[in-house]
Amino acid sequence: MATIADDLTPLHHPKTWIGKYVWSQDHKVIAIQYAVTAVSVGILALVLSFLMRLQLGFPGEFQFIQPDNYLQFVTMHGMIMVVYLLTALLLGGFGNYLIPLMVGARDMVFPFVNMLSYWVYLLSVIVLVASLFVPGGPTGGGWTLYPPQTILEGTPGASWGIIMMMASLAIFIVAFTMGGLNYVTTVLQARTRGMTLMRMPCSVWGIFVASIMGLLAFPALFVAAVMTILDSVAGTSFFVPTIISMGEQTGHEGGSPILFQHLFWFFGHPEVYIVALPAFGIVSDLISVHARKNIFGYRMMVWAIVIIGALSFFVWAHHMYVSGMNPYFGFFFATSTLIIAIPTAIKVYNWLLTLYRGDIHLSVPMLFAIAFLFTFIHGGLSGLFLGNVSVDVPLSDTFFVIGHFHMVMGVSPILVIFGAIYHWYPKITGRMWNNTLARAHFWITFLGAYAIFLPMHYIGMLGVPRRYYALGETMFIPDSVHYANMGITIAAGFVFAAQFLFFTNMIWSLFRGPKADPNPWGAASLEWHTPDTPPAHGNWGDKLPTVYRWAYDYSVPGAPRDFVPQNEPPPAAGPGDVKP
Amino acid sequence: MSTVVRTDADETAMERGGPPQALRDLTADWAGDQEAFCQVHWGKAMMWIFLLSDTFIFSSFLVSYMTMRSSVTAPWPNASEVFALTLFGQSIPLILIAIMTFVLISSSGTMAMAVNFGYRRNRKVTAALMFATAILGATFVGMQAFEWTKLIHEGVRPWENPWGAEQFGASFFMITGFHGLHVSAGVIMLLIVASKVLRGHYEQRGYAAVEIAGLYWHFVDLVWVFIFAFFYLW
Repeated sequence: MATIADDLTPLHHPKTWIGKYVWSQDHKVIAIQYAVTAVSVGILALVLSFLMRLQLGFPGEFQFIQPDNYLQFVTMHGMIMVVYLLTALLLGGFGNYLIPLMVGARDMVFPFVNMLSYWVYLLSVIVLVASLFVPGGPTGGGWTLYPPQTILEGTPGASWGIIMMMASLAIFIVAFTMGGLNYVTTVLQARTRGMTLMRMPCSVWGIFVASIMGLLAFPALFVAAVMTILDSVAGTSFFVPTIISMGEQTGHEGGSPILFQHLFWFFGHPEVYIVALPAFGIVSDLISVHARKNIFGYRMMVWAIVIIGALSFFVWAHHMYVSGMNPYFGFFFATSTLIIAIPTAIKVYNWLLTLYRGDIHLSVPMLFAIAFLFTFIHGGLSGLFLGNVSVDVPLSDTFFVIGHFHMVMGVSPILVIFGAIYHWYPKITGRMWNNTLARAHFWITFLGAYAIFLPMHYIGMLGVPRRYYALGETMFIPDSVHYANMGITIAAGFVFAAQFLFFTNMIWSLFRGPKADPNPWGAASLEWHTPDTPPAHGNWGDKLPTVYRWAYDYSVPGAPRDFVPQNEPPPAAGPGDVKP
Repeated sequence: MSTVVRTDADETAMERGGPPQALRDLTADWAGDQEAFCQVHWGKAMMWIFLLSDTFIFSSFLVSYMTMRSSVTAPWPNASEVFALTLFGQSIPLILIAIMTFVLISSSGTMAMAVNFGYRRNRKVTAALMFATAILGATFVGMQAFEWTKLIHEGVRPWENPWGAEQFGASFFMITGFHGLHVSAGVIMLLIVASKVLRGHYEQRGYAAVEIAGLYWHFVDLVWVFIFAFFYLW
């Protein structure tokens, strides 16, 4: 409804501390709740990954890591990082914070549903963490959770862990649906005067398209979760074929394991882009602001996001080349996969062309943005190997795959997230962080990420399989693999430790950091031009802003400053201005 | 209300003789400021998007069921026999399901009338029609419970049944159960909205809530048509 205009009455201003900060309906508080929860559970996943590295780097040295534990670490690390950290942080965290501020709304369209979304998300995290403590421990089936092995005896967590995991995912999907509906509807229906679709910052476009994709992709995972739980609890045979387990025939008959893989990857592949598109959008804004140049080819950037989003629903089976599906599928899915390289390359070239002859400020957010370009191009290029069936088959399930997807959807979005946190921290908290700590954090993380994941490509090329607890004495594995593994683990230790620089910096600056300028980077987009910093409940004071231009008017010839805010009225009619 | 803002790009496209005027107007409407769907209630927009998402859930269920059905080696039970009811000493195939479908589709009719009367601000008739819709919905769920009971008595379980592929029972209970939950949720929503209508809650802020509840209800009906076609008629 048009109630947004300038009417403040629809917003319910709570009086109590609990109403303001705990059961809050303010999108900014909800965003921070989402972010803190996601990062906390992310730290758990980080610790798990380091435990895995300890085992791989120094096999047998750490007696408390048994094969079962190792598999459980692998599984939990993967699922937490992909779903509970990246998805929740980028959409629940950044989506919540940025959408209303960037499109000039007072809040999400349904603040109550938005609040509910966070609490249901928290519930899903609690169920997930609780699965660490159930009999048999969490599931160890690998993050892809393929049946029949996940639910058959012999896999860690086959009795309780898998049920908890699937239940947690189903709850997460409910939470995401409530949040995602809000993000999409807010972008569609609650923009301020003058904020046309093609004036929205790329960040909003990325989050918007990713939210739509989430709403269409998560249902497949939901269905897969329900069916797996039924297979495990009610004795149905959706996914479990006639099979002999532990020397005895199980009660299952005639199910299709491939069906699960199709459902899983119908969610799983779009999920890659649900994580990547917000990162694409945010990094476009970081590069543009810190290079003091408009984003190159804005229209193309937007359309590339939309096209990548659409295409990603037609490529899922490239994760299943070795599953035994019809070989002709491979032809189709390899083709559609390689077509995605076109819009993706458009984005990469446009980022580079934005940097070209820009006034590049090597501030910390910019460092992370440029680092993203490196890791993303690397990850994208190794993707070309895996997208082709005949090249993929020997590389499938090796460390090459691990190196590839950590580069492209692990490290890359995380670098953007760090850059984005440094970028918007002054707006969110009203204080500035410590530059020295931030730079140290950047260099160790960036170089460390290469030290960790580049050798994995080499190890994978030699044929070392993923998810193995120990390699043992094998003819085809040379000594260099063991040295590489040791080196990776040591590098991982440094990167792990460097994250404490980040956390220290963030927490220390929250209380002791110098007061930040309301617009320290000289950015043009709307969120930097709120009356208060940090923005108050309702965001815009008495009157909503009016937007007169796109978000990228940097270094405009003849303008008094090197940026023109989106809400600054034009002196005279010029290109891109509102017609009277 | 929102004045659509046009950018220069549109103007130059027109001069160059770009796409037809209607298409340009459509784009201008969508891409204008404030609202992509002009004058559309936020809740209504959100319900439409939710229904799109829910469509994917039911599609996943139904496609999974179809894949399983075409890949199992055991014979699939014959729907006309399994879902037959013996009435007056005669076995009539699909009779119960026909009545259930009739009831549910009729409820869509009463719901559509309720929306109409809502926008005419006829409080009492709207509420009465919504209660009627809720009763029809509850009847549907009741008959579904009867059907479940009958099949369970005949030995159908999620893990086995007397007639063939065990996936029959599994997908039957899962899909109709999931749909039944949707109908039950809809009945509760209808009852809440109807009592609010009766209390005059929407006199000030408009009757959009009735239409939003109606959208959901029609969707649940539409899904049933597909379940009916793919599960009972196939």
